[in-house]
Amino acid sequence: MKFAGTEDYVATDDLKIAVNAAATLRRPLLIKGEPGTGKTVLANEVAKAFGTDLIEWHIKSTTKAQQGLYEYDAVSRLRDSQLGDEKVKDIRNYIKKGKLWDAFTSDGTPILLIDEIDKADIEFPNDLLLELDRMEFHVYETGETVKAVNRPIVIITSNNEKELPDAFLRRCFFHFIKFPDEQTMKEIIAVHYPDISNKLVKDALNIFFEIREVPGLKKKPSTSELLDWLKLLMAEELPEEVLKSKDPSSLIPPLHGALLKNEQDVHLFERLAFMNRRKTV
Amino acid sequence: MFTNFFYALKDNGIPVSIKEYLTLMEAMDAGCANFSVDDFYYLSRATFVKDEGNLDKFDRVFGKIFEGVEFIGDDVTEIPKEWLEKLAELYLSKEEMDEIKSLGSWDEIMETLKKRLEEQEKRHQGGNKMIGTAGRSPFGAYGYNPEGVRIGQDEGRHGRALKVWDKREYKNLDDSVELGTRNIKIALRKLRQFAREGEATELDLDGTIHATAHQGYLDIKMVPERHNAVKLLLFFDVGGSMDPHIKICEELFSAARSEFKHLEFFYFHNCLYDRVWKDNRRRHNDHMSTMDVLHTYPHDYKVIFVGDASMSPYEITYPGGSVEHWNEESGEVWMNRVSNIYSRAVWLNPIPDEHWQYSQSIQIMKTLMQDKMYPLSLSGIDGAMRELRR
Repeated sequence: MKFAGTEDYVATDDLKIAVNAAATLRRPLLIKGEPGTGKTVLANEVAKAFGTDLIEWHIKSTTKAQQGLYEYDAVSRLRDSQLGDEKVKDIRNYIKKGKLWDAFTSDGTPILLIDEIDKADIEFPNDLLLELDRMEFHVYETGETVKAVNRPIVIITSNNEKELPDAFLRRCFFHFIKFPDEQTMKEIIAVHYPDISNKLVKDALNIFFEIREVPGLKKKPSTSELLDWLKLLMAEELPEEVLKSKDPSSLIPPLHGALLKNEQDVHLFERLAFMNRRKTV
Repeated sequence: MFTNFFYALKDNGIPVSIKEYLTLMEAMDAGCANFSVDDFYYLSRATFVKDEGNLDKFDRVFGKIFEGVEFIGDDVTEIPKEWLEKLAELYLSKEEMDEIKSLGSWDEIMETLKKRLEEQEKRHQGGNKMIGTAGRSPFGAYGYNPEGVRIGQDEGRHGRALKVWDKREYKNLDDSVELGTRNIKIALRKLRQFAREGEATELDLDGTIHATAHQGYLDIKMVPERHNAVKLLLFFDVGGSMDPHIKICEELFSAARSEFKHLEFFYFHNCLYDRVWKDNRRRHNDHMSTMDVLHTYPHDYKVIFVGDASMSPYEITYPGGSVEHWNEESGEVWMNRVSNIYSRAVWLNPIPDEHWQYSQSIQIMKTLMQDKMYPLSLSGIDGAMRELRR
């Protein structure tokens, strides 16, 4: 079982090694990188490549580690007991399985994606240490122990909003997805839009990397934004010259809304474009 | 196997542990690396490095330890001498370096460097201010641009393929380099974390309902209230060499402004004396007395100085040492006054800390601050905030 990228996903050599090491040793793989470089998509693609299920656990600031294991719904049990419901006698009716439980008991080797782990409370990763290490946990309410039949492949993404504890990091493989260079970017585009014209790609990439160079942008456009933009350009069927034109009135690239996501950035870009125009005239 | 590699990583400050070493062995055993140096590099990187800030350090150590493993002929590019690199960084702007790099000849680089040096010699001002003058001091040599362009063995002039770890692509992710626009966001996050420390608690309604249902009796849960309790005084060294750094700092702190309960800016030049000012354009007539500042803001304020502390030692230790006006009392007296009032005070210094030992004035200032001087880098800010929080 080797991961070598898929037809929809261009994986660099170092990423392949990291994924394969994590898959072979069944240790969690921690993925970091700029937003929009395909961290979350990776889990999808690995699942596709290995032909297994993907179990996604999206973390929010309110997510507790316990919720990934199971939840005991004490409130509805209290209500049921007051209504005299028969269900109340068996505590198992009030235990809701979490994503980790699902992953541990699933047939085959599922991929478990823990998305944006840094969003959660600072203690969150620590609370999952043992569970991810031994791939088992204890359910106190019923006294049973849930143990993984097949150790799932765990992929964890982080946006660096909080530092993760050392003890947690020691148990993971780590990969930092760096921003793709122009060559890789071309491959990525070819994978997504096989019938796009070469000229359009070239011009669009020039503009794209130029925008990324603009100092002081709040959010630099990333791969996913580039792909959206290309899709729009293709859908609009703009004449090819538009991207090339040196006409001062159109210094801002067409449909820039797909690339620049906040108004300060658009203003900044307009200002720079204006200054550029004054220089050239 | 690879134990010296492991220890080299540890010695270079990458937090590695036995656990990771064993993981690497296990992965090698399972055939993850396939007997190629590149694969081994990727595998060991995924195992040992857990933070992108350490990637560059790892690349350097890997390069050193495994140098020559993939030896291709004896046509190895000569690495220019360290000091030359540093000199080049000091005297040439980034654009110039790029230009020269595209020319690709060391003779031309040396020629330009020589010209620069001559020019610099003419403008030499004397004194022992150390920066901006002859720049021969060891710390000036690296001084202002620690992440500057390196004319290292990149480019592969002999047409030899580059080794991956020699590319040092992660250089600007290293968290010991000074702040740039790139990592300013992370720094801001650290400041926010610092600002949100509060000890008061409030009722956790959801928690209480849940705990009550669980226990069967009223079980009240409290959570720490999130509010901004921190009051901050900032003193910036303005004028001359410090200005670009000050600009970054000002942006940084004003971006975090809403997070603090109170935040006040003041400017000074080189060292704190009897006057500070709030508007740098009118510094000569619109200043206020430092004593007033110290009397206005009570002792629970936290104080941050930002400055390079690089000046003549006389400017700190003697009355009248100021380069701008006649000060009745020495800078030392004023610094001591501040630290007597505010127990939580730190100094952020944009000069990388490995060069501090070469500057007398930095040493004096550091002692005056009771060693609470931190470099203006992500890890430095982190340390400073931790100190302020204690």
